[in-house]
Amino acid sequence: MHLHKRAALVAPLLLISMGSPARAQNQVTNNAFNPAISLILDGHYASYSLDPASYRLAGFQLDADAGLPSEGLSLDETELAMSANVDDKFYGFLTAALEQTDGDTSIDLEEAYFETLALPKGLKIKAGQFLSEIGYLNPIHAHAWDFNDAPLAYVAMLNTAYKDPGVQLSWVVPSTLFIQLGGEVLRGDSFPAANGAVSDGTGASTLFVHLGGDVGETSSWRGGVSYLATDASDRTTDFDASSISFTGTSDLTIADFVWKWARGGNARDRYYVIQAEYLHRTENGELTVSAPPANEVGPYAGTQDGFYVQGVYQFRPRWRVGLRYDSLDANNDLGVTAPTPLVAVHRPSRISVMSDFSNSEFSRLRLQINRDDSRPETDDQVVVQYLMSLGAHGAHRF
Amino acid sequence: MKTILIFTTALLATMAAPARAALEVFACEGEWAALAVELGGDLVNAVSATTAQQDPHYIQARPSLIAKVRTADLVVCTGADLEVGWLPLLLRQAGNATVQPGQTGYMNASDYVDLLDKPTSVDRSLGDVHPYGNPHIQADPRNIGKVATALAERLAKLDPPNAATYQGRYANFSARWQAALDRWTAAIAPLQGRQVVTHHKGWVYLESWAGLVEVGNLEPKPGLPASAAHLAELLDQLKTKQVAVIIRSVYEDGKASEWLAGRTSIPYVVLPHTVGSVPGADDLVGMFDVMVKTLLEARQ
Repeated sequence: MHLHKRAALVAPLLLISMGSPARAQNQVTNNAFNPAISLILDGHYASYSLDPASYRLAGFQLDADAGLPSEGLSLDETELAMSANVDDKFYGFLTAALEQTDGDTSIDLEEAYFETLALPKGLKIKAGQFLSEIGYLNPIHAHAWDFNDAPLAYVAMLNTAYKDPGVQLSWVVPSTLFIQLGGEVLRGDSFPAANGAVSDGTGASTLFVHLGGDVGETSSWRGGVSYLATDASDRTTDFDASSISFTGTSDLTIADFVWKWARGGNARDRYYVIQAEYLHRTENGELTVSAPPANEVGPYAGTQDGFYVQGVYQFRPRWRVGLRYDSLDANNDLGVTAPTPLVAVHRPSRISVMSDFSNSEFSRLRLQINRDDSRPETDDQVVVQYLMSLGAHGAHRF
Repeated sequence: MKTILIFTTALLATMAAPARAALEVFACEGEWAALAVELGGDLVNAVSATTAQQDPHYIQARPSLIAKVRTADLVVCTGADLEVGWLPLLLRQAGNATVQPGQTGYMNASDYVDLLDKPTSVDRSLGDVHPYGNPHIQADPRNIGKVATALAERLAKLDPPNAATYQGRYANFSARWQAALDRWTAAIAPLQGRQVVTHHKGWVYLESWAGLVEVGNLEPKPGLPASAAHLAELLDQLKTKQVAVIIRSVYEDGKASEWLAGRTSIPYVVLPHTVGSVPGADDLVGMFDVMVKTLLEARQ
């Protein structure tokens, strides 16, 4: 209503100032300022040799929805993104994912943030809900991953990616070597944190440093170290007929490295990418196992490691192949005797191969085969996935 | 919370910006870096985000480029969505307020020329079309002259104490460019009206200047690689045509043009799409010298 009124006032003024009658068809409308909109369609067919309901990573408390993608034909997140400059000082971004589980569609707000464009000296502030800038893969949306699924270390320790409402300050050092330093304070509601309200809504904080550069014209790299400190309060997950709840601190360190090579630096025809991350986590606090009618409470100190190494090779325009190895290791001191998933009875690992075809920059079809030793028995997994990107041109993130 | 505060203080304490003598120019493509050097000489330090071997559509916002944008005084790019996949990301990640769109430190070369091939409708089924028009403006030497005028003004605005030097260098460049343009225009006149096939739709500005007629592309749709089916169809269409030459850029795979040339006995050439892309194209004048000479020698 308010906008209408304003438009009615401004319109005649604009028309007069334009002078030329030929321009009169240029209506005063507001949709010229529509944000860039893009839509990702993502779905798959998955086949597993083991029952996906028994999925578990020994030694780790997984978040409620960490698990395998649905068996059979299924939709992944359908992601709607909008972005635009707010004005000369701010940029705004929103992604919402439509998710379908058991026939019900829900909206998951992935990211909704603004960032500054005009702070002096290379400083930038980002505020809202966003994917934390820790590690290499964490800030990258699922549709831009090189494999259908996240590395086991990300599934186990970050529920595939850590995001929360918060504020981030980052700074790019004015030097020829790329050096980015930053830190975040976040609410601490999302796994591995839980119930940030107990920590006054500042239950998580991060520090990160990313370095990068080129080697000649053909290669470029990025490496970094990140740290995520979280408070978890009553972090609960179900386990068979019981449930476990953890209250304490969870501290994660990530070292990441990516190397990309393309002949002449021209990634259009052929390129190689080698990517590796190492995650190390310590958790300290109290564990409650609720197995009705009795509850058992005891101390829990966990030391957990995980890494993945992957290589992707585009061997001809539009065609890529990839290989990934994943591994997890947990060493937990438990002061409870009841069975919990935190007992590290097995060391999870996985080998994945994938091949994908991108008809254009905007479409991708992928076949992925995993030999998944996450559980003591081997699970042979086959996933066929499609990814379609409509609307505004996606960003070529490094 | 406390760690963050300590960290912030440490950040602010180390933020003394180093003093720089030359104007740092970040060009998205080699031709604009070369033009900045023509107009600024020693007063500018120009780098190009893309080498002559790289397709400017397919650049990633890699760390070294973020670092370069961070310290740039001027970002000069083609615009018209050529760099849509990576430049907006670079600008946001670098956190350099003075080179954001709308600032004096940001310039789109395509704002100063008339764009061709403006689509009446845009749909991705047509390939990677650019809604504002064809962005490969640098292949028409008249466009280089227009962008030079704008760039010289911009350099003078950013570095007022040296404004007179930029104006002087511009006058000198402009005179040399006009003389060269007259020479190229006369030399290429015999090709007026001749038919060409190009790999990508990357030469429409050259065609418009030289009066060439484009009768086909090796890419079935802009941005899609040449397919066997499309090449067979193209071969069939060319039977009734008198094509003078097949044109591609150095960063495009040569197999398709070689195949077509082999089947038709039409000569194929690699034209310099930017400075440094082929031997002899060491500067802007050299780039067009080689372009004109290559076309004249190859025609059949």
